[in-house]
Amino acid sequence: MTGLSQTIQTVFNEPGCAKNQGKSDSERRKGCTKQLQPGGAAGGCAFDGAKIALQPLTDVAHLVHGPIACEGNSWDNRGSRSSGRDLWRTGFTTDMTETDVVFGGEKRLFRAIRDIIDAHDPAAVFVYQTCVPAMIGDDIGAVCKAARAKFGRPVIPVNAPGFVGSKNLGNKLAGEALLDHVIGTEEPDHTTPYDINIIGEYNLSGELWQIKPLLDELGIRILASISGDGRYHDVACSHRAKAAMMVCSKAMINVARKMEERYAIPFFEGSFYGIGDSSDSLREIARLLIARGAPAGLMERTEAVIAREETRARADIARYRSRLQGKRALLITGGVKSWSVVAALQEAGMDLVGTSVKKSTDGDKARIKDLLGGDAHMIDDMTPREMYRMLKEARADIMLSGGRSQFVALKAAMPWLDINQERHHAYMGYRGMVTLVHEIDRTLRNPVWEQVRRPAPWSGPGESWQDRALSVSGASPPGPGIPRPGLVQAAE
Amino acid sequence: MATLVQRDKACAVNPLKMSQPIGAALAFMGLRGAMPLLHGAQGCTSFGLVLFVRHFKEAIPLQTTAMSEVATVLGGPSNLEQAILTIRNRAKPEIIGICSTGVTETSGEDVEGSLRAIRQAHPELVGFPLVFVATPDFKDSLQTGWGKAVHRMVEALVPQGPAPVAMSAEPRINVLPGCHLTPGDIEELRTILEDFGFQPLFLPDLGGSLDGHIPDDFTPTTIGGIGVEDIARMGNAVLTLAVGEQMRPAAQALESRTGVPFDLFPGMCGLEPNDRLMTVLSRVSGRPVPLKYRRQRGQLVDAMLDAHFHIGGRRLAIGAEPDLLYDVGTMLQGMGVSIEAAVTTGPSPALDALPASEVVVGDLWDLEQMAAERGCDLLITHSHGRQAASRLGIPFFRLGLPMFDRLGAGHLVTVGYRGTRDLIFAIANLLIADHEENHQPTPDSWRRRDDEEPRHEDRFCDPGSAAGGCAFRMGEEHRHL
Repeated sequence: MTGLSQTIQTVFNEPGCAKNQGKSDSERRKGCTKQLQPGGAAGGCAFDGAKIALQPLTDVAHLVHGPIACEGNSWDNRGSRSSGRDLWRTGFTTDMTETDVVFGGEKRLFRAIRDIIDAHDPAAVFVYQTCVPAMIGDDIGAVCKAARAKFGRPVIPVNAPGFVGSKNLGNKLAGEALLDHVIGTEEPDHTTPYDINIIGEYNLSGELWQIKPLLDELGIRILASISGDGRYHDVACSHRAKAAMMVCSKAMINVARKMEERYAIPFFEGSFYGIGDSSDSLREIARLLIARGAPAGLMERTEAVIAREETRARADIARYRSRLQGKRALLITGGVKSWSVVAALQEAGMDLVGTSVKKSTDGDKARIKDLLGGDAHMIDDMTPREMYRMLKEARADIMLSGGRSQFVALKAAMPWLDINQERHHAYMGYRGMVTLVHEIDRTLRNPVWEQVRRPAPWSGPGESWQDRALSVSGASPPGPGIPRPGLVQAAE
Repeated sequence: MATLVQRDKACAVNPLKMSQPIGAALAFMGLRGAMPLLHGAQGCTSFGLVLFVRHFKEAIPLQTTAMSEVATVLGGPSNLEQAILTIRNRAKPEIIGICSTGVTETSGEDVEGSLRAIRQAHPELVGFPLVFVATPDFKDSLQTGWGKAVHRMVEALVPQGPAPVAMSAEPRINVLPGCHLTPGDIEELRTILEDFGFQPLFLPDLGGSLDGHIPDDFTPTTIGGIGVEDIARMGNAVLTLAVGEQMRPAAQALESRTGVPFDLFPGMCGLEPNDRLMTVLSRVSGRPVPLKYRRQRGQLVDAMLDAHFHIGGRRLAIGAEPDLLYDVGTMLQGMGVSIEAAVTTGPSPALDALPASEVVVGDLWDLEQMAAERGCDLLITHSHGRQAASRLGIPFFRLGLPMFDRLGAGHLVTVGYRGTRDLIFAIANLLIADHEENHQPTPDSWRRRDDEEPRHEDRFCDPGSAAGGCAFRMGEEHRHL
């Protein structure tokens, strides 16, 4: 366990993390994860986070060492897409039994690795540690080493058992596994002055492919995607890239920063959500590549592509402007999306009545401030009841959030759109933003809302379930952490 | 009839099985005002939560004791205590159902002991229902977790001793439904029982909590289901119907505590089990079978006649927990299907009677391999079978939990004459569509090539498993529609 605790400390000390910078030594030792409250916690564990970060690598067998819960309850539930093999979607687990818990699970793990290599020919096997084998002392590092020696195939330990912390910590521990065992271990066939890494993008609903054609057009090659639609070999070669873009800031900052430190690969933090952000990101990629020796003409070509795409997207979005003008959106999501989607909504004429900043960094918050003028619209934490009330009182016309809170909106018979990992549409880049605006319009204009709000013929005025719910929720005191003045302002 | 085959495999590939604690938690979700609490790491809860949200498309109450690595080493009582107090304070539940996990079972915590200590330290918890069920992840499966939880509910919430004889105008009847019954199944059974003049009590009652209705309020707990006070009155019933072998221990416990006799139905899908249900209900209620069900029986018989052309002779690959496997497998075998590949999650008395030569305890990879080797042309399992189905290129009917890539999982009805009728139609329509899209005859359909191996379709069907119309078929799979 000492190896793991050291890694966790390293991650907590991550100098690239803005949050860490502002902390005292003692605070930093406690780690970046909030102490979880028993009976009041929500969200995934470190193992969940590690798996989310790495599973999009398509030609890798992802083997979960643990009892059935960890993989059996959760496999094949991610929206990533692959242009190659579907091995990444295959669920592999040692499905530990009571006997393994008593006698140790290392032998079973070794056999499992052998069976997978025999039957599925993976480019590599990633072995995920979970709580139970960590408790009984199964040394997955040693097993992976032995298996690699025996079978001549990369077998990578991902040491992030669930109980060490949150999903976010797991993202970073996954990054550490790549840094320790994968990145820099192989060499590419050839390199170009246009090679970049994209870090922290998972190709959900295939949205990386909304950007890739533009990069292709500019001659920019994604040497490695970590990890959406990624390949093991490409990640192993990723140390030869000329520049990197870090997409999901909180998830893999350690990977981007350490690659800069070890291999002098400059990186920037950017987003492909929103028109302006997409353009900024393309410019920044071009700038970094030129700084590393690519021909200066790249910038000119980049600007031409940006101008063309922006014009096209603005024209497409403008068609929705008259319909969406003044509609109020409530945005409940995390990190980058807390600001990057805002610009697109504003482009379509919509108002933001609130955006959640629970999972946002100081940088994220600064951008929100810029976009919305002040921090009145930032919501630190909101209970379902408060969300409901806000929707029901029509202080927002639509809520954009992840699947977890969808029922708050739907049970309030208010429009809702999924913008997290389970969404069915791709919202990246210029085309993606048009899709998002189209989906918002489609949702808002649906005549179904009028129907579902109609009271049953047998219920009198004030007797509808919504009215009753509202009176009940009104009786409860407002919860802490809600920037009420801002919200009220927005409502008025 | 079926032999249970346990394979010695180090690695489960594409698991069929889900874990015990979430089965137990699901059972608690059928209780009114309940908050299920998994005593483990927060991931144990969040995976279960996401699974159920995606299946039911409903908000799911499920909490965690959020055991950290340190808490695991130091022992869990303090986390458990904090969790109980926080839930009581915030969610104001009527009952908390506590399920252990792999984490807390490995550390060997004495949860019952902890609960006694917590009650002593907090007098306000006197009389507050805290029901604990031991459900290590490294043993058994979702179905057993459900069964164990209901068994514990009976032990903890139904008073010992004969119930006061207070026979109301409407005699009460208890139902202990297995986890393979959907909220829609519960509603169907409730209607049937009420039509016989009974006042039914379901333990658990997912039909009241996860049927998708719009709640009056935002309670973070369950929004319906059976109340604790109703569970305490289960001794007042004339009979307990248990559905699925998984419910036998709970039914026995209820009988021995209250004296209410039970009748166990291994399944409630198909003509025969529903004929038996009607007979039992008619006898116990003293009423004739209502006309409605006589008509429905006729409709089911007619559906069986219409559908056997398409279903008969099919070679089925099915993956399900034992009770669901038995229930639907037996019904389809009765329609002329032969169960060629069957995979389940563990041993069960239900499997003894399954009309198949063998049942493998395994995963969906096993099922896929067997289906390919044995020329299966119908796949039935939960949504995780979608990858296998697309590789096999055979029609795929989704059944069981989770069903995350289709709507209406909670309302898929397989019980009763009407439920069976609709299930048969749905499967037959799937097969008809597959035939029209993928198996139209071509000029070469019947042309024999010299190097051709005999096809599965060319063999004579087993007379024991084949209904009419499956004597001999040649070449490409061709059926007369």
